[in-house]
Amino acid sequence: MGAASPTDRRYLASHEWHKPEGGLVTVGVSQFAVDELTDITFLDIKKKVGSTVKAGESFGEIESVKATSELYSGVAGEVAAVNEAAIKNPAVINQDPYGQGWLIKLKPADASQIEKLLSGADYDKGHS
Amino acid sequence: MTTTHSTTSASSAGPAMPLIFERSVPGSRATDLPPLDVPAGAIPAGLAAAEPPALPEVGQLDLVRHYSHLAARNFSVDANFYPLGSCTMKYNPKINEAAAAMPAFTGLHPLQDDADAQGALKVLHDTRLWLAEIAGLDEVSLQPCAGAHGEYAALKVIRAYFNDPQGGNQPQRRTVLAPETAHGTNPASCTMCGANVAKVPCVNGMVDLEALRGMVNNETAALMITNPNTAGLFDSTITEIARILHDAGALLYLDGANMNAIVGVSRPGDFGVDIMHYNTHKTFSTPHGCGGPGAGPIAVRKFLAPYLPVPQVERRGEPGKHSYFLDQDRPKSIGKVRSFHGQFGVLLRCWTYIAACGPEGLRNMSQHAVLNANYLAARLSGRFEMPYFDHRQGRFCAHEFVTVPRTLLARGVTLVDIAKRLIDYGIHPPTMHWPVHDCLMVEPTETEGKATLDRFIEVMNKIADEIEREPALLKEAPQEAPVGRLDEVAAARTPVLTAALRR
Repeated sequence: MGAASPTDRRYLASHEWHKPEGGLVTVGVSQFAVDELTDITFLDIKKKVGSTVKAGESFGEIESVKATSELYSGVAGEVAAVNEAAIKNPAVINQDPYGQGWLIKLKPADASQIEKLLSGADYDKGHS
Repeated sequence: MTTTHSTTSASSAGPAMPLIFERSVPGSRATDLPPLDVPAGAIPAGLAAAEPPALPEVGQLDLVRHYSHLAARNFSVDANFYPLGSCTMKYNPKINEAAAAMPAFTGLHPLQDDADAQGALKVLHDTRLWLAEIAGLDEVSLQPCAGAHGEYAALKVIRAYFNDPQGGNQPQRRTVLAPETAHGTNPASCTMCGANVAKVPCVNGMVDLEALRGMVNNETAALMITNPNTAGLFDSTITEIARILHDAGALLYLDGANMNAIVGVSRPGDFGVDIMHYNTHKTFSTPHGCGGPGAGPIAVRKFLAPYLPVPQVERRGEPGKHSYFLDQDRPKSIGKVRSFHGQFGVLLRCWTYIAACGPEGLRNMSQHAVLNANYLAARLSGRFEMPYFDHRQGRFCAHEFVTVPRTLLARGVTLVDIAKRLIDYGIHPPTMHWPVHDCLMVEPTETEGKATLDRFIEVMNKIADEIEREPALLKEAPQEAPVGRLDEVAAARTPVLTAALRR
């Protein structure tokens, strides 16, 4: 089903991706999730910049015309940035889920933790 | 991500219809107030508004026409088939309203002496006993005023119990488990109560027992389960689930949302439930009132009864000389979750319905709810794929069923297209995308006769034909509703929720 998910990042079965970039980890939602959600209408990031997120903890909510979903982080860390542009215009998540539509950036507590998450191929197996 | 479901509303006020504020003609009045016959009280300084609010000014006829037009646009069970899964949109018999309109009830005041309200207290006491009997549990509180409010009150009761020596002084039991198909209100109520929520995976719509065994420990307070579950299936492992919870010292909570399938047939207390809530609007034909007033009574085993909300309606004295009173003396109670004794007008309708049906009638209600759902599922399963239903293999549903119409969706239509087309045929769309993606969840209820069910089957087949031959028809639906297809994305992204209140 669909194109293979990018292999430059790691995934949760709950459809969040985690990409290491210059000491930070960027978190977003997969193309599969976006296709399932359809038009995203609302993004709420509960965690403020500077607060900490535990692995498996919810950091916000995403809402579409179809459903409302919790957003989870697969890695623990401190929130370094929140995508204000996506909050203002959630359509950007539909348009570019792996790029402009990122959600938060974390300063990971343990840089190796990301390795425990699913690879793109394993993530794709979970929903094909 | 964990996901909660969405429903598609069948109707809404069209752009052509003015708001009541836009009908305002300065100086018009709909009512004449009688002369003041009590001393005029002065409004304390600082509490009075600087100027009167900009309320609409309309004559009585304009007022009546405005709301008559709105009512005519409303999509209701009284007018149309409403198979909205998980919501039990059954017909509410008019006898309920006749009882609720009796002056002896409408003239009551909640602060009236118990001695002057014996009839009303009897209604509450009967309802309490009947709901305990239907649950197979020992005690009931009628105070919570909605299903989710019942969940909240029940979680408070569970916490009070575990914090108490009676419950083993175990304040660390703060984790509540919920299957991944749970109603969204379950985790929400847990969060409101300060509990941690953990999701239990499901296999083929049923709780994964192995996963559950691995998750329970001495921090588990309870598992919140819906049975029959949200996939429309009676979880036949429920007694094993109860054993796993009880062996770990935790409690089994039942979300009573799907009680309409099992009243008089199977009692939650008998299959291991310790505490549960009812939705009287689903099971006992009280009004589905968006946001209330409603009633979400909770039923518990004896060991949880001391923690129930106050007051509790009790009976004292010899039979024949007995009377009813409100017992406020419950030192371990979690206190009040609602003013007075709950939503009396709703509980009265619940009493009326139970009294009118009687035990045999209630069993009949559930049996017909299940029969109707299975009839629809069996007749529709040829063209609408059913992940959990196959009557030829003996896999039946409870009072509702889920279809994931893959073959039809593969032709380029969406569930929303199907939902909107159903509106053209005068049928309310089923619940969509829940508990699984791309599904419709259909719940006919017992109050529909075979002719209506057959018409629904005919319409669903007609829509399937249209998808195969003329899918554009669906993209343009609804044509017959007061307004056409609404731009739900724009409405959600840039909502305009208020009218300017100009004077």
